[in-house]
Amino acid sequence: MHEMGIANSVLEAVRREMRRYPEARPANVGLRIGEMAAVDQESLRFCFEALAAGTDLEGLQLEIEICRRRHRCKDCGNEFNVADYEFQCPACGALSSECISGDQLELAYVEIEEHESSTVGAKSSQ
Amino acid sequence: MNRVLLEQKVLSENDRLAASLRERFRENDVFCVNLISSPGSGKTSLLERTLAVLPKDANVAVLTGDIQTENDAARLKRFRFPVKQITTGGTCHLDARMIDRHLADWKLEDLDILFIENVGNLVCPSSYDLGEAAKIVVLSVTEGEDKPLKYPSIFFKSELLILNKTDLLPYVPFDPDLCEENARKVHPNMESLRVSCLSGAGFPEWLRWLEQRRAAFLKSKRELVEQV
Repeated sequence: MHEMGIANSVLEAVRREMRRYPEARPANVGLRIGEMAAVDQESLRFCFEALAAGTDLEGLQLEIEICRRRHRCKDCGNEFNVADYEFQCPACGALSSECISGDQLELAYVEIEEHESSTVGAKSSQ
Repeated sequence: MNRVLLEQKVLSENDRLAASLRERFRENDVFCVNLISSPGSGKTSLLERTLAVLPKDANVAVLTGDIQTENDAARLKRFRFPVKQITTGGTCHLDARMIDRHLADWKLEDLDILFIENVGNLVCPSSYDLGEAAKIVVLSVTEGEDKPLKYPSIFFKSELLILNKTDLLPYVPFDPDLCEENARKVHPNMESLRVSCLSGAGFPEWLRWLEQRRAAFLKSKRELVEQV
């Protein structure tokens, strides 16, 4: 049940970002969660909605992209998804690979609605 | 609708604080390990036996986390090393802020090793960096050999697996080889040790692991300084 803390961190980050756009309203926030990040999606959605309810962020939609565990073969450089802990490179058969994705817990974007659109679209400075 | 890219870690506040703790540990030559397991796997017993066999003048301290009670700190204080209880009041893991707060009146320059005993939980603590040099996952032989496959996150992030309660192996259908094999499916280079806190089996290897890893930690710092 650490999803409550994670949901709270997401809402805080959105509030922090929205200070740069005082006229705007956030509609969606996008997260990337690795399949090995030990975060339960349903629990996170529940906590997110419970914490946002009755606040300035009520109605903000949470968009979650689940990221597969990916490895890169140390022999041939091929990148492949790992399923059922099968680490053999499908291209060359080597067993030596390194994990390049799958444990992330990242805030990817926030989508905002505003009247003056000229100030947005730039990459966040954070 | 405009999309603003954020590209930051969700727990960036915790990570920022953990990075500053890691820096302080490094500056003061404190080798910090974060012990994680399910409730009842024997983290406190492992620490009790470790403190009992360490030299009395070793510069070692323990932060021990639980949701309620000071019981673990009381058990560990008997060995006369500095021990502090962190009671989270319901939170299922320790975070960097709790570590920072509880270190406030300890002099880090007087410490060589800091043990952090996390709240008993195999899931949530894996998301929270505490600034440690290594995470260690403890598993006891009364649990299932497939736990590494069921809870991959913590095994993936830990450098060492300690299989505890090996004195019970004659009485339980637990295959330690299979368990270690499963751990290495999740984390191919993971190291493992087998210990019994009751008999003391495996403790020389565990103390050697600590000493070697601490030496490597100090060496990596010296190399870093030389590069600068």
